[in-house]
Amino acid sequence: MIEVKKLSKVFKTPAGDFAALKNLSFSVPSGQFLAIVGRSGSGKSTLLYQMSLLDRPTEGSILIDKNETTGMPSDERTLFRLNNLGYVFQDYALIPTLTALENVAVPLIMKGLKMKTAFAMAEEALESVGLLDKAENVPAKLSGGQQQRVSIARGIVTKPKILFADEPTANLDLESSEQVLEVFEKLNGAGLTIIMVTHEEEYSRRADRVITLSDGNIIEDRKTKG
Amino acid sequence: MNKFFYKILVSLNMGFFLALRDIRRSNIWTTVLISFVMTLTFLNLVVVRGVLVGLTQGSVDANKFRYSSNIFLTELRDKDYIEDSTQIVKYLESLPQVDSISARYLSSGKIESGYKTKIGPNDIPNFAVGQVAGIDPDKENAVTGLSQYVINGQYLNDTDDDKVLVGSSLLFKYTAVEQAGSSPLKDADVGDKIRLTVGNKTIEVTIKGVLKGKISSIDNRIIMMDRQLRQMIGRSDLNASEISIKIAPGSDEDYVKSLILNQGFDRFAVIQTSTEALPKFVKDIATTFSLLGDLIGSIGLAVATITIFIVIFVNAITRRKYIGILKGIGINATAIEISYVFQALFYAITGIGVGMLIVFLLIKPYFDANPINFPFSDGILVASMKDVLQRAALLMASTAIAGYLPARIIVKQNTLDAILGR
Repeated sequence: MIEVKKLSKVFKTPAGDFAALKNLSFSVPSGQFLAIVGRSGSGKSTLLYQMSLLDRPTEGSILIDKNETTGMPSDERTLFRLNNLGYVFQDYALIPTLTALENVAVPLIMKGLKMKTAFAMAEEALESVGLLDKAENVPAKLSGGQQQRVSIARGIVTKPKILFADEPTANLDLESSEQVLEVFEKLNGAGLTIIMVTHEEEYSRRADRVITLSDGNIIEDRKTKG
Repeated sequence: MNKFFYKILVSLNMGFFLALRDIRRSNIWTTVLISFVMTLTFLNLVVVRGVLVGLTQGSVDANKFRYSSNIFLTELRDKDYIEDSTQIVKYLESLPQVDSISARYLSSGKIESGYKTKIGPNDIPNFAVGQVAGIDPDKENAVTGLSQYVINGQYLNDTDDDKVLVGSSLLFKYTAVEQAGSSPLKDADVGDKIRLTVGNKTIEVTIKGVLKGKISSIDNRIIMMDRQLRQMIGRSDLNASEISIKIAPGSDEDYVKSLILNQGFDRFAVIQTSTEALPKFVKDIATTFSLLGDLIGSIGLAVATITIFIVIFVNAITRRKYIGILKGIGINATAIEISYVFQALFYAITGIGVGMLIVFLLIKPYFDANPINFPFSDGILVASMKDVLQRAALLMASTAIAGYLPARIIVKQNTLDAILGR
């Protein structure tokens, strides 16, 4: 369960303060697939960064499973991200000097697992996204869609409570985008909370709920299913 | 296990994992180039200092092995000779720690050539002055190996009365430069007859050999049979001017010195170990060259540190986005920093490894076989394993710091800014 309370984010720019998020409050129950949509500059990515502890809000608080996260020191936030959160970035964000398998195994090694166990779990994660046969390929030898699926495998390998995805289909063709969304639906079906930022209306409809932002405000919060 | 140590252990494991892959999959030529720079830096640290120290070490060794030997006894300041020399030598001969002993008799003297062709009283005489040393050739050779330094002619033997060995500095033919205050003997070489004057006695002797040992105690001396010199200076009591003692292998100089002191022989002689007996100027030069070596080495070390800093900084800057991603997915800063320290250490270890091979398989054997021919010493390369390992440790420590600092600077930056390239 994520609770966002009176969340604001103000950027200081040469032209003055710019409010990217304005006093937002909402909650995301466990197991929900939430899509955050909006036009470019609406604040959807900024909201994702605050919720995923990659950035700190100017005001307000974010509670994840009743843990107040905004005041956590940097090291604690890093550890919290490792143990509780998974990420899928728009540009895949794989480490170029690591193979697909090694990229996926990295968070597990950081958690203190033995190499053999970490690689076995990483293989399972790659299999779940249909890329076990590409395990020894470095990112440069993978297509965009394949890289994004490796990124998803890395995001879920630690069995996080929440998976954050920032425009995961933005750089992909239709077929690859469809594959990524199918993986998301499968993971969500298994109980994983997913929060996805997208600017594509069609893909947002695959989520349980859609929050629409405009100029840092929530202008619509609707359920798409049930 | 303690939580803190567990965290460090996991970070080390993670850092090593990342560093190993980074090195393995980075451009091979970049790795070769950086390692080459480290090799040159290591050689700069070891060889430059080693040669500088080696120049003076050559002189130190020459004094020890060619003159003073392990223990050196000389007359007291207010005496012309070592009193009770016979008793001292007898005692020394009884010590199992003593290998061999050479007692020398000294006096100032003058050698002269061309005296047979001198016509008028105003003709400039052709002479040189130096110290005359009377030795037992076999005993002297056992202690200092003096025969090795005969560069022309032959060494003395027991029947060589009226024959002398002359130091190369006293003969014009073997001395390139005339020193102030002394002029070497012209037109004199091996086989020539010369006049030797000691005190008020003059005899005619034949030059049997020329000595060159790159120390004044050899190169500025006229060496003759001890019995003949004693006759010339009227020394019938066997009291020597200096006694060089070579100790047996495995014996300790300080211990043997203490044995001699315990006999109270310091009442008759100044008793010094080889180090104590070194001329002051040699000690001063050794200190100066060592300082110079350290200074040059420090500059080399600073250059290496800056080089590695720049290499790691550029590496980290170009990978700033990936550092951000690693932090984003939960890899802690320590693990990322450790990965860069490991990389820096890899370059250092590779460079040092190659450097050590070059030093011990190429440069040192070469210098040992072909010492640098300096006027005052045979320059060798001083590079003991202990010294080399110390410098290697120093280089590794500075490299580790040079790897850590830039990584720390980049890792400290905002995670999101790094990921987004802001």
